[in-house]
Amino acid sequence: MTIYLFYFLSFVAVLCALLVVFSKSPVNSVLFLIVTFFAIAGHYVLLNAQFLAAVHVIVYAGAIMVLFLYVIMMLNLNRDVEPHKPVALRFAAVVAGGLLAITLIGALHGAETLPKAGNVQADIGLIENLGKTLFNDFLLPFEISSILFLSAMVGAVMLGKKELK
Amino acid sequence: MIELVWLVPLLPLLGWLIIGLFGKRLSKALVGAIGCGSVLGAFGVSIAVFVAVAGHRGEFGSIKLFDWIQAGDFTASFSFLVDPLSSLFLLIITGVGFLIHVYSTGYMKEDEGYARFFAYLNLFVFFMLLLVLGDNYLIMFVGWEGVGLCSYLLIGFWFKNTDYNKAARKAFIMNRIGDLGFLLGILLIFVTFGSVSYESVFDTAASPGAGFSNNAVTTAICLLLFVGAMGKSAQIPLYTWLPDAMAGPTPVSALIHAATMVTAGIYMIARSNILYTLSETAMTVVATIGILTALFAATIGIFQNDIKKVLAYSTVSQLGLMFLGLGVGAYTGAVFHVMTHAFFKALLFLAAGSVIHAMHHEQDIRRMGGLKKYLPVTFATFFIGTIAISGIPPFAGFFSKDEILAHAYMHNKFFWFLGVLTSMMTAFYMFRLLYLTFYGEFRGTEEQEHHLHESPKSMTVPLMVLAGLSVAGGFLGVPELFAHGAHWLHGFLEPSFERSAMRMYTSHASHAEEYAIMGFAVLGAVAMWYLAKKHYSEPDNVPAEDDEEVNPVQKVIYNKYYVDEFYEAVITKPLNRISEFFYGIVELRFVDAIVNGIGDTVKWLAGIFRLAQTGNIGFYIFAMVISIVVILFIKIM
Amino acid sequence: MSAIQVIPVHYYILLSVVLFSIGVLGVLFRRNAIIIFMCIELMLNAANLLLVAFSSYFSDAGGQVFVFFIMAVAAAEVAVGLAILTMIFRNTRSTDIDFLNKLKW
Repeated sequence: MTIYLFYFLSFVAVLCALLVVFSKSPVNSVLFLIVTFFAIAGHYVLLNAQFLAAVHVIVYAGAIMVLFLYVIMMLNLNRDVEPHKPVALRFAAVVAGGLLAITLIGALHGAETLPKAGNVQADIGLIENLGKTLFNDFLLPFEISSILFLSAMVGAVMLGKKELK
Repeated sequence: MIELVWLVPLLPLLGWLIIGLFGKRLSKALVGAIGCGSVLGAFGVSIAVFVAVAGHRGEFGSIKLFDWIQAGDFTASFSFLVDPLSSLFLLIITGVGFLIHVYSTGYMKEDEGYARFFAYLNLFVFFMLLLVLGDNYLIMFVGWEGVGLCSYLLIGFWFKNTDYNKAARKAFIMNRIGDLGFLLGILLIFVTFGSVSYESVFDTAASPGAGFSNNAVTTAICLLLFVGAMGKSAQIPLYTWLPDAMAGPTPVSALIHAATMVTAGIYMIARSNILYTLSETAMTVVATIGILTALFAATIGIFQNDIKKVLAYSTVSQLGLMFLGLGVGAYTGAVFHVMTHAFFKALLFLAAGSVIHAMHHEQDIRRMGGLKKYLPVTFATFFIGTIAISGIPPFAGFFSKDEILAHAYMHNKFFWFLGVLTSMMTAFYMFRLLYLTFYGEFRGTEEQEHHLHESPKSMTVPLMVLAGLSVAGGFLGVPELFAHGAHWLHGFLEPSFERSAMRMYTSHASHAEEYAIMGFAVLGAVAMWYLAKKHYSEPDNVPAEDDEEVNPVQKVIYNKYYVDEFYEAVITKPLNRISEFFYGIVELRFVDAIVNGIGDTVKWLAGIFRLAQTGNIGFYIFAMVISIVVILFIKIM
Repeated sequence: MSAIQVIPVHYYILLSVVLFSIGVLGVLFRRNAIIIFMCIELMLNAANLLLVAFSSYFSDAGGQVFVFFIMAVAAAEVAVGLAILTMIFRNTRSTDIDFLNKLKW
């Protein structure tokens, strides 16, 4: 049962990812990407990372993709105005992407022999455990990331406002 | 009291810092007060130190301030050595220095670089004190270089004049040559003795059985150190900078180029006396160079017409005499002569400065004459200085010169003979100077005559004090001949020279001989006085103008034996030629060709490779992905 | 029955690689800067998935905490990146990266 679920989710994720790349309208791309993210969230649930799955949906599907949609609509890009690259270049792009996939798979050759998971703790994905790790071992990076957000916020506001004449 | 000796160099240093940093914003009166006050303070401490050293025998030694350098086995502490020799030098430097500072407040009054001048002077005093106070060769070297720097700055003080700048550079370069010798000497000392501190070096060298007596290494050290002394104290062959150094303001000539800095070489040898005592060869070299310089400079002095140049050659000559004293083992005599020379030569220079001041920067004695009635104080003090330098008793010069000559007589009769000859020539050119300047008719322009005036109090008072010292200074070292124990200085300096005294064979001349030596010198000096008076009182005998024909011998000497031209032809020109060769062929054809070639190749390659920067982001990403693929591919192969 | 006992870890590795490669493909394939941006998000998610997979397999919560940080960085990046895109659009009336070719010799 679980394995079928895995196959289904993987199929959806890969298919929608491809559609993100190949669909003509940017809005369609965004919608397919959201589907991909939901599929990935499903994988997280399978992997016992329930909290992360929730955060993932909230952050990616809820915040980031909405931002994308908003920008597309604000800039009124919902038409297929994009001139395509020459065929040769598109072919080269597909070949390069495929080559990368093959090389990566080749590089990871031998991963099948990884030992099976031993004593699996099913509860590490719970909010309590994650919170303990985050605030014990990763407190400093956590605080620093707040500075990152602050600077990103300031940067976005600076860039977004009208040019000072 | 001697623990406070660090105050002595500190005060001038503070003076330099204050004047140097804030001089432009302070009033001239305040600058003068700080400049003089700091040296006066140092003088006060020096007196206290001197009294402490003189009063409590054996209670002196080195005072460690802090660890300076520590590297592996090598340590050098920043310590001051207080002993009779250094305390005497302290007194000379700060005392004469103070008088010259006071004099400068008058002499430099109109100068726009007033504050700068005092800053340099204070800095000079600081370095000079460091030079004599250090308890190892490294500190001495720091002071040595520092005074060289100040000398350079002060010779070129009026830097708008190109000739003065050239003179400053000449002094600096000549000193560099000597300093190289000094530095090599210090390194050799370190290699040989494993230390640079006087105490350990001299103890090791003097210890019996250590094998440093008449050893090639000892001789090499002494000769290298002497090369340094040659540069700093203007001995053959490095003396030509000193006469040119007269480009600086006259107080500078008095302080640096007569009384203190140029005697650093004598101090250094007197300090290292044991090393020289151990090497007979070095002693002979020192004495020979000394007497040759003395004689050579004296002959040039006879025909010079610039009042300061005469005094400059006289200084070179007197320094030569001091080296003769060192070379024949009369360490006390040499230091004694340093002291008396500081008095009367500073006096002569300052009096000359007063004359130049009155004459509105005219220095040619052919334009002077008859100044006696216009400048009575200057004349009187100059007269005293002349008698003192000529060695006529009971003035200061007589006693110190006599001591050197007596030792020379015991050592080598020929040296003595040349010494007496030098001494007679000294008397001759000094009285020539005196008569040409102060007697006869005034030969300058009417305007100059109209403006003739006695210098202000700030200038004449130092002159009078120095004149007093020139009269009385000699009584510190009255020969044993006159009264037993009368040679106070000898007893005072004994601890500094005791290591040498133990191994020096001292024979005393018989009383008759000593009287003869004295009588001979005095008679010679008086005869020269008479001769100069007779010759130069005649108005016809004023020296010829530069463009008049004179006999060839006189012409050669007037042009200083063409030594500068000789150096130019033998050293400077070939060096320039070699430089041109290296520049034209080696530098341009080889070094530049390689360097520029590499640059051009890179530029050419860059010109090709930069075409890869198309500016197309898609292309960059594509290149990146392909590169990742290639790298991973190589990795898994 | 949790997935990690049934599904071998290299399945997840393969899935991640495929998703990542699709992201790269998209970046190479498209000229619209917004789509390229989305493909970058896709690549980040591929990496996240792998981190979570390993975290579960080795029972180490650190991997999942890392994903938090990646999400934080991604969010910040999107905020700034989209602001830049708006600026570009304002200046060139386009989001085509081939117009942005000033970065050259």
